[in-house]
Amino acid sequence: MRRRATLAAALVLGLLVPTVAAGVTPQTTVTAIEGEVMCPICGTLLELSDSPQAQREKVYVARLVAAGETTAEIKDELVAQYGPAVLALPRASGFDLTAYLVPVLAILVAVLILAFSVTRWRRDGQRPVSGGTATAAPHGADAERLEADLSRYDL
Amino acid sequence: MGARSFIAFLAVLAVVGLLAFGLLSKGNVKIAVGDPVPDKVLPALPGPGHGSISEHRGHWVLVNLWASWCIPCGEEAPVLERFFRRHRTRGVTVVGIDVQDNHDDAVAFLRDHPTTYPQLRSVGNERSAAFGSIGVPENFLVNPRGRLALIWRRPVDDRILRERVAPLIEGGK
Repeated sequence: MRRRATLAAALVLGLLVPTVAAGVTPQTTVTAIEGEVMCPICGTLLELSDSPQAQREKVYVARLVAAGETTAEIKDELVAQYGPAVLALPRASGFDLTAYLVPVLAILVAVLILAFSVTRWRRDGQRPVSGGTATAAPHGADAERLEADLSRYDL
Repeated sequence: MGARSFIAFLAVLAVVGLLAFGLLSKGNVKIAVGDPVPDKVLPALPGPGHGSISEHRGHWVLVNLWASWCIPCGEEAPVLERFFRRHRTRGVTVVGIDVQDNHDDAVAFLRDHPTTYPQLRSVGNERSAAFGSIGVPENFLVNPRGRLALIWRRPVDDRILRERVAPLIEGGK
């Protein structure tokens, strides 16, 4: 309880004091940032974490917000301090871009495969069977055996 | 192999490769006594300059992973400082590595818990992962050949240093 009160006080101070003192207009809010970054140790969103590391990170975010930094600048600063794992969503650049590209490519490939397969099935279904023996009527002994079997199960 | 099969093979290979990369890059490394100590040149704290564990090759090094938000780390720092002062003339040093922290908090921590042994800083969990770390503080004794002699994934106190660390150093193992 005391720790929460201290944290809340630190957040309020972090938000208000430098802003008032320097006349800086915040470009974003602590709440907005906390919903977009992680507590790297906990592996959860910062807004859901209350670990000691998360509390320090929240104070740090509050300080950056109070200094008038934009969301992008704050995220850059957090990555510089805590590493890329601090971002809730991977960046759309470099190798991380694959996180966005791979699902889109996978869906495209799946749609193409499906379209190709459906076209092929339909074409095969419409093609007349020529010279096949599969549908030819049985002859001779086969025909007699078939008749006998059918009459045995005749209801 | 037809062109279609080859493309399918490449697609499967790409997916498996991505999965393997994901698993390898997320998972912590497992280290054991006798392994070479994970090392990297890191920025010094509070700076400027850089440092590494291998700079101390030929000496016993007690590597201490810590973070400013970790309460036991604050209790451990004076213990490590005492150990360092007592043993430094015998070719023993301590190297602190700040992990999962921000620079300002780390510097403030060192102001509150002054140490004279070298301090380095790792961004994010990169060094924690290299040491297979599961938390902070953790301590690793490195022998003069740069190999791990003891892995202690807990805080150390005077008793641990006296009973677990010092005998290894004195025994030269």
